Amino acid sequence: MSLVGAKVLRKEDPNLITGRGQFVDDLSPAGTAYVAFVRSNEAHGRITNVDTAEAVAMQGVLAVWTASDVADLPGLGVPGLERPLLAADKVRFVGESIAVVVAETRAQAVDAAEAVLVDIDPLPASPTIQSAIAEGAAPLDENVGANVIFMLPIEDPDIDPALAAAPRRLSTRMENNRCVPTPIETNVVLADWGPSGLTLWATHQAPHHLRNTVATYFGLAQDTTRVITPDVGGGFGAKINFTPDLFLVPALSRALRRPVKYTQTRSENVLMMYHGRAQEVDIDVGFDDDGSLLALKVDVYQDNGAYADPTGMGLPALTTTMAAGCYKIPKVAVGWKNILTNATPVAAYRGAGRPEAAFYIERIVDMVADELGLDPVEIRRRNFIPEDEFPYATHSEIAVYDSGNFAGALDELLNIMDYPALVQEKAAAIDDPTKPLLGIGFATWLEIAAFGPPGALEGFGHLASWESGQVRVQPDGSAIIYTGASPHGQGTVTTLAQIAADELGIDFDKISVRHGDTATVVQGIGTMGSRATAVAGESVKQAATKVTEKAKLIAAHLLEANPEDIEVNDDAFSVKGTPAKSVPWSEVAWKSFQNLELPEGVDPGSLESTVHNAPPNFSFPSGAYGCVVEIDKMSGDTRVRDMYLVDDCGTVINPLLAEGQVHGGVAQGIAQALYEKMEYDANGQPLTATLVDYLVPGAPDLPTYTSSRTTTVTPNNSLGAKGIGESGSVGAPPAVVNAAVDALSHLGVRHINMPLTPQKIFSLLHEGGA
Amino acid sequence: MENRPSNVPVTINVNGNALSAEVEPRTLLALFLRDDLHLTGTHIGCDTSNCGACTVLLDGDAVKSCTVLAVQADGRDITTIEGVAGDDGSFSAVQEGFRQEHGLQCGYCTPGMIMAATALLADNPNPSEHDIRHNLEGNLCRCTGYQMIVNSVRWAAENPDGVSVSVGGQGAHS
Ligand code: FES
Ligand code: FES
Repeated sequence: MSLVGAKVLRKEDPNLITGRGQFVDDLSPAGTAYVAFVRSNEAHGRITNVDTAEAVAMQGVLAVWTASDVADLPGLGVPGLERPLLAADKVRFVGESIAVVVAETRAQAVDAAEAVLVDIDPLPASPTIQSAIAEGAAPLDENVGANVIFMLPIEDPDIDPALAAAPRRLSTRMENNRCVPTPIETNVVLADWGPSGLTLWATHQAPHHLRNTVATYFGLAQDTTRVITPDVGGGFGAKINFTPDLFLVPALSRALRRPVKYTQTRSENVLMMYHGRAQEVDIDVGFDDDGSLLALKVDVYQDNGAYADPTGMGLPALTTTMAAGCYKIPKVAVGWKNILTNATPVAAYRGAGRPEAAFYIERIVDMVADELGLDPVEIRRRNFIPEDEFPYATHSEIAVYDSGNFAGALDELLNIMDYPALVQEKAAAIDDPTKPLLGIGFATWLEIAAFGPPGALEGFGHLASWESGQVRVQPDGSAIIYTGASPHGQGTVTTLAQIAADELGIDFDKISVRHGDTATVVQGIGTMGSRATAVAGESVKQAATKVTEKAKLIAAHLLEANPEDIEVNDDAFSVKGTPAKSVPWSEVAWKSFQNLELPEGVDPGSLESTVHNAPPNFSFPSGAYGCVVEIDKMSGDTRVRDMYLVDDCGTVINPLLAEGQVHGGVAQGIAQALYEKMEYDANGQPLTATLVDYLVPGAPDLPTYTSSRTTTVTPNNSLGAKGIGESGSVGAPPAVVNAAVDALSHLGVRHINMPLTPQKIFSLLHEGGA
Repeated sequence: MENRPSNVPVTINVNGNALSAEVEPRTLLALFLRDDLHLTGTHIGCDTSNCGACTVLLDGDAVKSCTVLAVQADGRDITTIEGVAGDDGSFSAVQEGFRQEHGLQCGYCTPGMIMAATALLADNPNPSEHDIRHNLEGNLCRCTGYQMIVNSVRWAAENPDGVSVSVGGQGAHS
C-alpha cells in the first residue's frame, strides 16, 4: 500500500505531547552562564556614554561588553551597510543592542543589565517609509547619505504607452502592514566553545547555513563547528536570518570558556526578531470595458527597517516577480526601492514578498470589477491564464509558471461555498437592523515555491539551492533518513518517512528521520520557501530508489534470480510471479554488511545513498479562497465568519499535514488582515511592543475552515509536489479584505489598508472615511 | 540558585511527588519548574501572561505558571505535562486527541494547550466548539490556526478513555 497520499499520524508527536521535546531553552549544560542585553530606548540617536561600572561589580556578573569589546568582530548583512553586533556610536531603532551582560544566573544577568547606564542624544527619527524618504529626512547611515539604499527604476519604455492606450485606467496606492512573525518560541542561542571546537544550539531554520557562516566568521574549520537546531518552536521565515546574538553568544563562550545561553524574552522578540511585509506600492492598471487587464505597472517601496538584511533586500524582487498573479496581462512592468527606516529590520515572514503581490493584484482585480460593475468571479474568469498555456512565461525571467488550472480551482470553490445564497443574505442584511453587514471576498492566488533551482538561494548567502537526502539501511533492515531540511512544525520527519517507505518497501515504523544537526546530516540548506516536500522529499525519494536498486542485487543473489525480476513490498523482496520465493529485508540488510554473503561487485555497507536534488524550476502552488466577513454596524467590529479554501499544491504526501499547513497560513493571513500591525509613533517609539498590544489571534478570533483541493502536478520533481507551507498566508489577506470592502461597498468604500481595525471600520461606517 | 538568607523553603507536590526546595521569593513557578526541577515540558512564550505556553494545573485548575510565584504553590498540588500520561506511559485522552487530530505542529504551545484542555474537560466533559474556543482563549498557537486543536479536544471528549496502547514515538534527535 502506498503511504504517499495517506493520512499518517506524525512520528514527531509522542515526544511533543508528553513534554519530552527538546527546545534550545530546555538545554543547560553544566556551567552554563546567562546573557541579558542592554537595549536602546531611542529610535535614532548618538550614544554619548555607556557606564558599565556598577553592573560589572554586581554579584554573579562575569562580563559586560560594549561595542569596544567587539571591535574586532565584523558587522552583519549587506556589505557597506553592516549591522554591528553592538551599537557603537549610533542607535537606529528601539531595541537595538548596546551592551551585553553575562552572569551566573538569568536573574543576575537581568539585574546587571538594568544597572548599565546609557546616554543617547536623540536624532530625528524616520520610522516609516514616508518619513524616511521625505525631503530633509536624517539619513540612518551617514556614509550612504540617503535612506533609499537601492532602486530599480521602471525602465520599460512600452509601459506608459500601453497604459495610455488602454480604454480605461485606474491608479492606486496601497500598504502592506508591518507584521511581527511571533513564533511562540522566541529566539534562543546556546554556545559551548571548548578546546576542540564550537557547538552552537540555535532556534534556526537553516543549521548548515548557520554553521558555514559562523565558521567563516570566526575563522573556524567547519569540521569543528557544530550547529544543532533541536526542536524549534515555529519559525515562519523569521528564524532564517542572522541576528547579532548568534555571533555574540559564541564570542562570549570563547572568552569565558564555558557554555553561554541567551533566551530572548517576548518583549525583546517583538523588537529584535526580523519583521515582515512592510511595503507600500503604487499601481497603475489599464483595462478595457470587458474587464480584460491590458497593462500593469507596479512600483514597490520596501521598508527595510534600520539595517539591510539580504533577504529583506530581496523581498520586493519576489513581490514584483509575482505581480501579475494568475492573470494573463499583455504588458507588465515593475520597479522598486529599498528604504532604511528607524524601525526593526525587515526580512522573510511566511510568504516573503508573495503575500504582498497577491494582495495587490487581487485587490486591483476587485477594484476593476467594481469600476465596471462586474462580478468578482466573472472578472477573474475573463483574465485567467488558460489551462493549456503552461509552462507560462511571465514578465519576469525568474517565473515560468509550471502548471495550474485556475478556473478549475475557482469552480471547486464555488462548489463548496453557496455563492448565490450568500449574495442574497448579504443584500438582506444591509437593511436588517438585527443583522451585521455581510461581505463576500475572493482571492484566486498563485505563489512561487520550492526554492531549489540553482541560483535560487545563493543570492541570499546560501552555499547552494539543492537539498540533501541520505538513506542508510541498518543491519536489522530498519533505515535512517538524514535530511538537510530543518523542520520546525511542518511534520517533515513523517512525510519523508512516508516517501522513503514507498521507495524502500520498508515498514514506516522502521524508518527514522534525522535533521537539524550538522554533525549527523552531512550537508544541507534548510527549511524555507516551501521547499521541504518538493526539494528535500525528492532527494530522499531518489536516494531511496538508488538504495533499493542495490538491495535488489543482493536479494537476487540470495534468491538465485535476476535482479530485474526482483520486487520489494511489505519488508520483503520476492521474485515477480513467484511470490513464495522471497527474502525479508532484514536478511538482505544483515547480509549487505557481510563480505561472504555478497555477490561479486557489491561492497559491504553499500546500502546507502546521498542525493543533492536541485529541481530545474520553481513550482507555483495556487488556489481559490472565499471569505465571508461580518461587520457590526455599530462598533465596526469585523470578523471572519466563513473561510472556504481550495488549494492546488500538486501531489499531497499527507493530507492531514497539508491541511494543517493551510490552516496555519490562513490564520496568519487573517491575522494580518484583521489584527496585526507593528506601529510606531512619530519618534519611532513602538506602540505594539508586547502581546498585550500586538494582537495575535486566539481560538475565539478565528473561524472554522472549509477546505478542498484540486491537483495539477509539477513536472519539476517525480513526486509532482509543489509545496504548501506559505499558501495560506498568501491567499487569505486579499480574500478577507475583498470581503470587507464588499460589505462596505454600498457606502462607497473602495479600499481599506490592513489591518481592518474596529476604529478604521467604525470611521468608514459613521464618519465617511478614516 | 544561591542559598541567600532570604530564600524560602517550599514543599510542592509535583506530579505526585512531594518536592522540597529553597527558592528566592521572586521566583516564578514556571522558572522553578524548568530551572530547578528540570521539568522543561512547561514552556515560556511571553512575559505578559498572554500566551498560555506555561499552563499547568494547580490543585486541578489551569493556571499560567508565569503568573504564580513558586512560594504560592507551597503545600499544593501541581500537574505538569510530564505528569499527564498514565504510569504505563499510555497517553491521556487529551494527549491522544492531539495526536489523532493533528492538534500540534511545532509543539511549543502544546503542553500548555493540553493542560488547559485537560482542565476544561474535567469541568465540562462535553464542550461545544464554542466552549472550547473560548476556554482556550488564553493559549496562543501560531502554527495550527486552532481548528485542529478544537478537533483534538472534541476527540478527547468523545474518547474519554483514549486508546490504551502507547505508541513508541521517534525522537528525531538522539
Ligand atoms: S509564558 Fe505564561 S502566559 Fe506566556
Ligand atoms: S503548534 Fe506551534 S505554536 Fe502551537
